[in-house]
Amino acid sequence: MSGVIIVGGGHAGYQCADSLRRSGYEGAITLVDGEGHLPYQRPPLSKSHLLSDTGEEALLFRTQAYYDDHAIRLKLAHRVTAISRAEKQVKLDNGETLGYDKLVIATGAKLRQLDMPGSHLNGVGYIKSLDDIRYIQTHLNQTDEAVIIGGGFIALEFAATAAKLGKKVTVLVRGQRILANAVTPELSQYMLDIHHQHGVDIRFGAEVDHIADDGNGNVEAVRLKDGTLLPAQLVLAGIGVTADTELAVSAKLQCHDGVVVDAQCRTNDPDIFAAGDSARYDNPFSGTEIRLESVQNAVDQAKVIAQVITGQEAEYHSVPWFWSDQYDIKLQMVGIHEGYTHFYQRGEQEEDKFSLFFFRDEQLIAIHTVNRPADHMAGRKLITAGISPTQTQIEDAGFKLNSLLKK
Amino acid sequence: MPTVNYISFDGQPTQLELAEGMTIMQGAVMNGIEGIEGECSGSCACATCHCYVDDAWLAKLPEMSENEDEMLDDTASERKPNSRLSCQIKATAELDGIVIHMPEEQE
Repeated sequence: MSGVIIVGGGHAGYQCADSLRRSGYEGAITLVDGEGHLPYQRPPLSKSHLLSDTGEEALLFRTQAYYDDHAIRLKLAHRVTAISRAEKQVKLDNGETLGYDKLVIATGAKLRQLDMPGSHLNGVGYIKSLDDIRYIQTHLNQTDEAVIIGGGFIALEFAATAAKLGKKVTVLVRGQRILANAVTPELSQYMLDIHHQHGVDIRFGAEVDHIADDGNGNVEAVRLKDGTLLPAQLVLAGIGVTADTELAVSAKLQCHDGVVVDAQCRTNDPDIFAAGDSARYDNPFSGTEIRLESVQNAVDQAKVIAQVITGQEAEYHSVPWFWSDQYDIKLQMVGIHEGYTHFYQRGEQEEDKFSLFFFRDEQLIAIHTVNRPADHMAGRKLITAGISPTQTQIEDAGFKLNSLLKK
Repeated sequence: MPTVNYISFDGQPTQLELAEGMTIMQGAVMNGIEGIEGECSGSCACATCHCYVDDAWLAKLPEMSENEDEMLDDTASERKPNSRLSCQIKATAELDGIVIHMPEEQE
């Protein structure tokens, strides 16, 4: 039995299996994932999951019955340990070998781990998987004070969650502003104010010296290099991820910070594709080679692969979009703002409803919105179509941006 | 467990029992019902779980947030007075038996 083998059951892997069947693919589909869970959705882990009462079942993409009915074979709690391109086979950690016609690498990313004295203490956690969040959940019950290391989305979403749960939260940021890789200084400052309003203490230029042990192997405090001691029962590290390319590298596929793929999401081996956080591609919007860590990217690349495998014309050129939920703020980003020359604002910061429209010369390249989802939705279509509204249209909050789109 | 009746765009009904508190979107997606996508995992950020709620149930629905209202202006299929995002409607005893009509397209 050959068919398609998908390595990784995250958003890209799951979507690829699902889209293959929806595209009418009749061959065998095998999805291999190292975690022992049915494929599930990751965005809620740092956001709504800990605040919701619907439990883990609500995270699942599909029930087991769906995979059975659609003949998608799940190999859970198994890892692919090697790819033999010459024999078109993969080897699993139990010694089993499986043949493939097409192989999809959707291995995602690996957590960056803390590396300092005390980083292995009980009570130090991360957020990437369901097991990670179970660990956090167990410790949260005994936590009054949480220290979060990192200033990116995961760190700040968890800060918002922990603050909502009544914890005293301190966030340690190495640089001088939050969300520095994702948004402009104006929006960083706005989000900082929001966190302050919720009582979260954010410290910049903070370097951790070590995590202190309570004598029984549990976290007791975080000691900074400047001598500050922050009591904590939980330490969450949200310090980023790196592309998981181990398998691809050992199979001698072209990789550099990601598995390099073409517009059809194909690697330099025509029978092997890659999608999601682990894939690197030429982005037509930024004009550069990039690797995105986002649901949209994972899902849309996976759909392209399914189309290509089933013989349809398809190329990946979706405009990237992202979102984050922190408190009552819905932050949505579309496009890539890097290299912008100027921006215009729509709506008012004081009302917690505004959007920043980024231009490179005369071209609209990105929009960051706060609680203005219609701007985001219209922006996705405008940027895709290459339509740039004028400054007057943007600043007139009553102007319907989607009226610029041809019906 | 509340029952939800999903009616596909071409009129095919599917009845599901959902755990209390699960959203109409989650129920559809988990069970592989075509016509609802839910790309953003239910955080009201993508408008791909647009549905038409049968008129008989409209009055019992939770109030629409400003964000949902705005998102509904940009759905792939036409917005109607009974349009909602199904990620914002939870299955509850009160909505037991609710009838949800799927739009023609989500993207």
